[in-house]
Amino acid sequence: MVQLEILVYPDDRLRQVSQPVKAVDDKITGFIADLEETLSSQPGCVGIAAPQVGNFLRIIIVDVSSRPQHKNHGHLVLINPVITSKKGSSVGREGCLSVPDYTGKVNRSQFIEVKALNRFGSKVAFQMEGYEARAIQHEIDHLDGKLFIDNLVGNRNSLKKRNEL
Amino acid sequence: MQNWYMLTLVGRDRPGIVAEVSRVLFDAGGNLGEASMARLGGNFTVMIMLQISSEKEEVENLLNPLADQLKLFVHVDKIIGDLHHHVDPNFRLSVHGADQAGIVAAVTGSLALLEFNILNLESDVGGTPEKPIYIMHIEGFADCSLSSLEKSLQPLISEKGIVVHLFPIDTMVG
Ligand SMILES: [Zn+2]
Repeated sequence: MVQLEILVYPDDRLRQVSQPVKAVDDKITGFIADLEETLSSQPGCVGIAAPQVGNFLRIIIVDVSSRPQHKNHGHLVLINPVITSKKGSSVGREGCLSVPDYTGKVNRSQFIEVKALNRFGSKVAFQMEGYEARAIQHEIDHLDGKLFIDNLVGNRNSLKKRNEL
Repeated sequence: MQNWYMLTLVGRDRPGIVAEVSRVLFDAGGNLGEASMARLGGNFTVMIMLQISSEKEEVENLLNPLADQLKLFVHVDKIIGDLHHHVDPNFRLSVHGADQAGIVAAVTGSLALLEFNILNLESDVGGTPEKPIYIMHIEGFADCSLSSLEKSLQPLISEKGIVVHLFPIDTMVG
């Protein structure tokens, strides 16, 4: 396994739309291991998307298990993930490996359903909420060439109670 | 040699102040760092980090004609331009209540006891002149638990009759 180099904004390649994985073969499995190694080398980071290391395939990893206060499904490798339904919204603070030294508030769906293939090529589906759902939406945005700084919401807060998790 | 300055500009608000100030600074070879502008009680206020090879007096001379024209108070301080070391907040507070003396002192005093470092504070006076309301938002970092912050704020909530909402901020990095 090797740690891969992370592309940093304003690198144009972060804007590229990633392509679906056609077959989960040894090459893909090997890449996933490298991506996992890269993610685990970043303290405090809960997700990564393949295009962040310059591989423009629709693969993401999300692992919120280090933050047990948030409901989560553990270590997730999702290939060709698709959000099939979403509900509600919440504003929360995000940062990104590809945007160093900046965090900001982003509005995301509070509840999502996501379908994908797992690392063995089997179909999986999850219902998620809050922090984990935010991570998935952030990573899927990377697959579409979008960054969290494209969707920042204003700094003056409303008095409404928000989920800022 | 490049120096960093903090410029503070205050005056009556009107459209175009930021545009004119930043144009003058750009034309003089200045580079802007972080900035924060707010309209406070109808006044234009801005703090701007400026990087420029000029000495302090030269920066003042650069801004004086514009300050006269726009009727702005200008203040220039030499600073250390410590960029790329942002501290992320881990708590957010919303405070509101009838406007009364001492809300800010009471709330921030309780926070200071826990070494809460305020990173961002914004407050507004709303309501009517007869019944003003005070609304404040604070974001900051403290190396303590949510419950110890709640405990420290509790007495002043009952004492002052204000509403304080306290939320943890857990930044999602991915
Ligand atoms: Zn990211």
